[in-house]
Order: sequence, then C-alpha cells, then structure tokens
Amino acid sequence: MTDILASLLIMAGLFFFMAGSIGLLRFPDLYSRLHALTKADNLGLGLLIIGLALHLRDPLIALKLLLIWLAVLAAGATSAHLIARHARRREKHV
Amino acid sequence: MNATMLLIFDALLLASIIGLAWAALASADARRSVILFIAFGLLLAVAWGRLLAPDVALAEAAIGAGLTGALLLAALQWQPRKTADTTNSEQPTHTLLETGFRWLVTLLCAALAGMLAWSLTQIDAGTAKDALANAVAANIDASGVSNPVTAVLLNFRAYDTLLELAVLLTAVLGIFALGPAQAGYRIAGPVFTSLTRWLTPLLILTAGYLLWVGAHAPGGAFQAGATLAAAGVVLRLAGRDQIGLPRGNALRIALGAGVGMFLLVGLALFALGRPFLGYPPAWAGALILLIETAAMLAIAATLVSAFIGGQPTEEKTRC
Amino acid sequence: MLTTQWLYALSGCLLLALGLRSALLHPALLQRILAINVMGSGVFMLLIAIAYRGPGMPPDPIPHALVLTGIVVAVSATALALALARRLTREQPHD
Repeated sequence: MTDILASLLIMAGLFFFMAGSIGLLRFPDLYSRLHALTKADNLGLGLLIIGLALHLRDPLIALKLLLIWLAVLAAGATSAHLIARHARRREKHV
Repeated sequence: MNATMLLIFDALLLASIIGLAWAALASADARRSVILFIAFGLLLAVAWGRLLAPDVALAEAAIGAGLTGALLLAALQWQPRKTADTTNSEQPTHTLLETGFRWLVTLLCAALAGMLAWSLTQIDAGTAKDALANAVAANIDASGVSNPVTAVLLNFRAYDTLLELAVLLTAVLGIFALGPAQAGYRIAGPVFTSLTRWLTPLLILTAGYLLWVGAHAPGGAFQAGATLAAAGVVLRLAGRDQIGLPRGNALRIALGAGVGMFLLVGLALFALGRPFLGYPPAWAGALILLIETAAMLAIAATLVSAFIGGQPTEEKTRC
Repeated sequence: MLTTQWLYALSGCLLLALGLRSALLHPALLQRILAINVMGSGVFMLLIAIAYRGPGMPPDPIPHALVLTGIVVAVSATALALALARRLTREQPHD
C-alpha cells in the first residue's frame, strides 16, 4: 500500500519535473522560463522526496532527504532571484 | 523488461553526456561553454551513481561540477570579449590546408578512440584486477575503516593520496606565484547574503558529517574538503572576504596541513619501527580520521585560494 | 565485459577523443582547458566502467579510488591552468 503511494508520488514528482523542463524549452522569455523551472522543480522535488522517504522507510534518511529539499528550495529561489535581477539590470542598461 | 529500461536510461544518459561535451567544446562563446560544461559534470555524477560508484559521484558533484564550475565562472571575467561575437562556429573561414589539417587531427583522434576500444576487448575479466579487489576485501578488517574506497585511499594506497595532496599544494603555490588575488566574481546582494547566514553553517556541518561517515559509507576527506570550500566560496560571494580563510602563517599551515599530517604520522610510525604509513590495525581508524581531518582543511583552503585566484591580501579591499 | 560496461567504456573512449580533438584545435584557451577536463572525464568513465560488476555486485574499489584522486588532481590542474591563462591574457597586448 505504501509502495503504491510512494510510486504515485514519485511519478507525480517526475511529471512536474517534465512540465518544468518543457516550460524551460518552450516559454518565450527568461522570466517565464525561470517561473516554470523553479516552481515545477521545487514542487516536483518535494513530491519525489516524500515518495522516496515513504519507499525507504528510514527516519534518518527521510531527515536527510528533507534537508536536501529545504536546501534546494532556498538555493533555487535565491538563484532564480539573482538571475532575474541580473537580467533586469541588463535590460535597464540597454 | 527491467534490463531494457536500464539500457534505455543508459543510452539517454550517455547521449546527453556526449552531446553536452560536444556542445561545450564546439562553442566559441566562453560563457556558453562553461555553463554546458557544468551541466556535463552534473550528468557525469549521475553516471557514477548508476555504475555504483557513490564516492566518485559525490566528489564529481562537489568538485567536478561545483567547484570547477565556480572557478570557470570566475574565469569568465578576464575572457577576451571578442569571442562573444562569433556565435557558433569555431572559426569562420579556413584555408584548404587548414581544413585538411583539421580533418587529419579528427581522424587521428577517432583512431585513438578505436584503438582504445579494441584494447578493451583484450581485457580478460576476472584476472589481475579481481585479484586486487579480492585483496582489498580480504584485508578490509585490518584497515581501520569499512568503506573499501576510503581503505584504498587512506591505507592500502596512502602513498598515492600523500602525493596527491602534494600536487594540490604545488598547484596552489603556482597560483600564488602568478600574482595577488584578483576577484573574478561580483558580490551577489542582500537575498544571497541572508541565504548564506544558514547555508554556511549547514555546509560546515555537512563537511563534518561527510568526513566522519567516510569511514563506513560514501564520503571522506575530498568530498568534505570540497563542501567546506563551498562554504568559503559562498561567503566570498556574499562579500565576506575577510572570514572563512585564514591569512599569513595560519593560511600556510592550513595549506600544508594535509601533506604535513601525512608525513608526521608516516615518520612517527617509522620511528616506532613500522613501515612508513603502515598503521597498526588497532590505531588505523583513529590515524585515518586524523589524516583526513588535516587533508580536509588543506583541500578546502587550497580550493578557496584557487577561487579567489591568488594569495589573499592583508588589507581590506572591499566592504 | 557486460553490455553496460561496454556502453560506458565506449562512451569514455569517445569523450577522450572528443576532448583531445578540441584541445588540439579549439582557438580559445578556456575551451582548451575544458577540453582537457573532458579528456580526463573520458578516462574516468573508462575506469569506472571497468570497475563495474553488474547490479547488486560490489564494484572494484581500486579504480574508484584512482578516479577520486584524479578528480581532485584535475580541479587543481584546472585552477593552475586558469591562473596561467589569466596572467597570459593580461600580458598580451589587446587588439
């Protein structure tokens, strides 16, 4: 039962990853690409990590996975902000 | 079914790796090349994980993609600007002779790859290399650690690791000889600074964890040193270039710590009548941890020094 | 050797050749440094493929230790090469 739930969560996570990647490739400008990528990847990774934690059933590994997710969330949000700010400043210069 | 799926995964992964390497090297735009190369390094880490080499995967992600990436991005600062104009071709025009020469080089490189592949068919699985792997497995209990890769690096082939740390030291001395530090990065801003407030302690904690866990699971001094160096790099990107890396004599001690501790332990054992770096099994675990701690500090100091591109200056250069 | 080993080993050979070609032919210094790194990665892939023993089997730890050493040596060599290239660019007259 948990395994089925874990598989479903992992598949849902992969779907968000795919959506984010398609967004990265198909969206017209940098800002919407960043939007697609960070939103989809953060949610996708979260689902993936919950799925993996359920699958492995080890609280210590679950804690490490959670830490990884939090680190990726913060790093992803910050780097998206930095890229967007850099692009915005460059636009103003032109 | 499962095997076919894995085969498809392998094919996709390898096609992406080779494609990224090709794209990174075919581009004339330095920025594009560097970013593709970082992606190449990250996919390599996936490949090492796939081939059951988690120690190597960690090192590749932290060093091969992470710190090499930081070094390369900092190097974009001094790139000659003119390369950005010619977008995709290596060089716009070639004379007939040049074209012939390029084809000759390409052909010779392809021939080399072919010969190497042929030589692989001559490897007889289950001979000498398995004898070495079996020797590692047979002696692992006396090595002081249970992770076979750490046992090879810090015990069975400790000489190699000593000399590797000497290579690192030589490289950083070479960098210092080329001139004072010259930051190739810009300070990232307030959002990043607030990230570093908790990211830096987390990185230091992770480095300590990787160092400790290396005895029985994937990890060790190299991955830990790279993580610690990442903390130093992050601090510099946040504009804190006065902390995280010692100065003057303290820096010299940190850079030499790996080689120094190795020699100290080796010579002490020598004086006690054991072979150089031949640890007594009862002490091996503790001695390995001692050497690895020193090596981690040396690797981190070396990598941060390399990132700032020279010896850190004494006076405050920015605030 | 297993099919997986062949796939990765042949890709390693290909990466080595790809890197060597660019190291010899690319006009820009930075990409030549990258090319040498790609060559190194090809050799690493060859070694890790040789160490692989199939799913569920413990791989040979010795090539793994060699590659770990190689990665660290590669980053220090890259750092030195970049420092040399920076100095070279600074010394050259601008055109």
